[in-house]
Amino acid sequence: MRLLNRSAGRLSRHRRGPVAGLVVLLLGLLMAGGLYAAFAPAQADSSASSEEQVAQGRDLFLVSCAFCHGQNGEGVPTQDGNQLGPSLVGVGAAAVDFQVGTGRMPMVQPGAQAPEKPPVFTDDEIAALGAYVASLGPGPAVPDESDYSTEGMTDEERQAAIVRGGQIFLTNCTACHNFEGSGGAMPRGGYAPKIRGVEPRYIYEALLTGPQNMPNFGNGNLSPDEKRDVIAYLGSLDEMPSYGGFGLGGLGPVPEGLAAWIGGIGILVGAAVWIAAHTTRSSKKKVEA
Amino acid sequence: MSTPPAITDGHDDGHDEPVDDNLPARDDLFANPGLPEHHWRPTDVDPKAEKRAERQVATLFGLSAICTILLIVSYFAFSIGEDPDTFAGLGSSNLFIGLSLAGALLFIGIGVIQWARKLMADQEIVEYRHPAASSDEDRKATLEALSLGLEESGVGRRPLVRNSLLGAVGLLGLPAIVMLRDLGPTPSQVGPGKKYDYPGAGIEHTIWAPGMRVVRDVVGTPIKPSDLQIGDLVNAEPEGIFNGGEDGEPLEGVVLQINKSKGAVVLVRMQPEEIIPGKGRENWSIDGITCYSKICTHVGCPISLYERTTHHLLCPCHQSTFDLADSARVVFGPAARPLPQLPLMLDDEGYLVAQRDFDEPVGPSFWERG
Repeated sequence: MRLLNRSAGRLSRHRRGPVAGLVVLLLGLLMAGGLYAAFAPAQADSSASSEEQVAQGRDLFLVSCAFCHGQNGEGVPTQDGNQLGPSLVGVGAAAVDFQVGTGRMPMVQPGAQAPEKPPVFTDDEIAALGAYVASLGPGPAVPDESDYSTEGMTDEERQAAIVRGGQIFLTNCTACHNFEGSGGAMPRGGYAPKIRGVEPRYIYEALLTGPQNMPNFGNGNLSPDEKRDVIAYLGSLDEMPSYGGFGLGGLGPVPEGLAAWIGGIGILVGAAVWIAAHTTRSSKKKVEA
Repeated sequence: MSTPPAITDGHDDGHDEPVDDNLPARDDLFANPGLPEHHWRPTDVDPKAEKRAERQVATLFGLSAICTILLIVSYFAFSIGEDPDTFAGLGSSNLFIGLSLAGALLFIGIGVIQWARKLMADQEIVEYRHPAASSDEDRKATLEALSLGLEESGVGRRPLVRNSLLGAVGLLGLPAIVMLRDLGPTPSQVGPGKKYDYPGAGIEHTIWAPGMRVVRDVVGTPIKPSDLQIGDLVNAEPEGIFNGGEDGEPLEGVVLQINKSKGAVVLVRMQPEEIIPGKGRENWSIDGITCYSKICTHVGCPISLYERTTHHLLCPCHQSTFDLADSARVVFGPAARPLPQLPLMLDDEGYLVAQRDFDEPVGPSFWERG
């Protein structure tokens, strides 16, 4: 007790010093801040900025998305009961990050396919839109890089992941996206896009949210590890040499047949015509021996 | 080099031909101008050019030989298999064997063409058209020989010999049909309690049984309804292929392949109110989760091209399209029957299981099915 009194007295001597007011003020602020951080709800410190983000996202949404998706993201039905734009309640930030980040949304015009194009929003604006759409209802969040990265795996683990990912890919994805991920045709003018060379984040988000006509492969359907393996397999396809020669886009027998018939046989016919059409003749007469 | 033979018109004297009223009158007013003068090639008239062409041809054949040697060298030089040599992203072995073989053949081809066009004899000849039929005498002689043969063999006079020969030759076709049996067991020999019996045997049955879990393909994990969201598609298999062997071992070999190909299903979840339940199928789905055979009823392709917004399942082989919200009704394409639906229920632990096997055979139609 005496020790405490002594140190308090020593402190007290400085109470009228020139910086005492400043120090007390600082201490008070630190205490208040520390107590608030310790006892306030977990996301309280981010809530102010995320509220701003949601507001910014709503502004962007009203300008660019509301025409088809409704002023509150509730969707706009057409007269015959179809959707001009589907409801966005519960699609989550992952869907926004995929659709807007790959330029599929906003669509130029409604149609069978939402083609990929250069994105029209910056990353911050996409995040704001995502925050707004996520605020409409609970949905999948934008995945973290650790969800789909194979960093930190040993070579053997990575190889096992690629093998398993390949089996899952061949079972679930090749039907529409082709055995090399080159994409393919779908009914009524749509198509399943090429998924080679796509950022892993977007593949993960597409699996999670099922864009347009694609079925979902949610985390209960394909576990996050299985999704990671599929992405690892797709990445491994890019590293593989095309051993048998030119892949011709990996599209199967149609381009191969076109190459053989038009390229191969075309060159042969052209060469035959050229050979038959060209002869040098001399105007000299033969000297009789 | 010899002189080419004199050019004649090689034509029979036309004046002897009978005059046919249907033919236009011959126009003898104009003299036949004959063929234009023959121009020689440089190699025919210039010995230097001839020598040069000879060297060219020999060089081309030599290049072909070099390519063949390169082919043999590349066969041994480049490694294949696990860690192959690559060149510009292509497999070196394939690439260089292919290129050198192409070169070896191509240079022989170019050399032969060069030889024929520059050095081989240069003659112009004229060939006139003649009737394609044989002469009347030849035709008559052939017919006479034929009828003489028929007469002497007595085919017409001895019907017993003729008919027994026809019978014997016809019967010789039968063994080919009988031996088709060796292609495999007939459907009547395969099935429960028959000669060939194994899990899921027979075209009328699959391995699905009451209470068998629906598991994810490849990984074999069971599925709870809470795992699936609206719009989910699961390519699933019967749990029996993972534990249906002796002592709960996974199936193997042919039996595994047969059961994978017959038991494969797709599991989809949609809004429960979107489903139009078929008659007697009201309790076959659980909270909008329905399960159909993955094998197309047209010619048996596995199908999983699913569109979540339309609930249509498209077969990539011939574009048969099935509406999974409406008992897999055929909405387009050559398939004649809807996909068989697997009745679902939950087991004690809450996993999706089959109520029983499919009510109808999976896959394409067959004669006995009616």
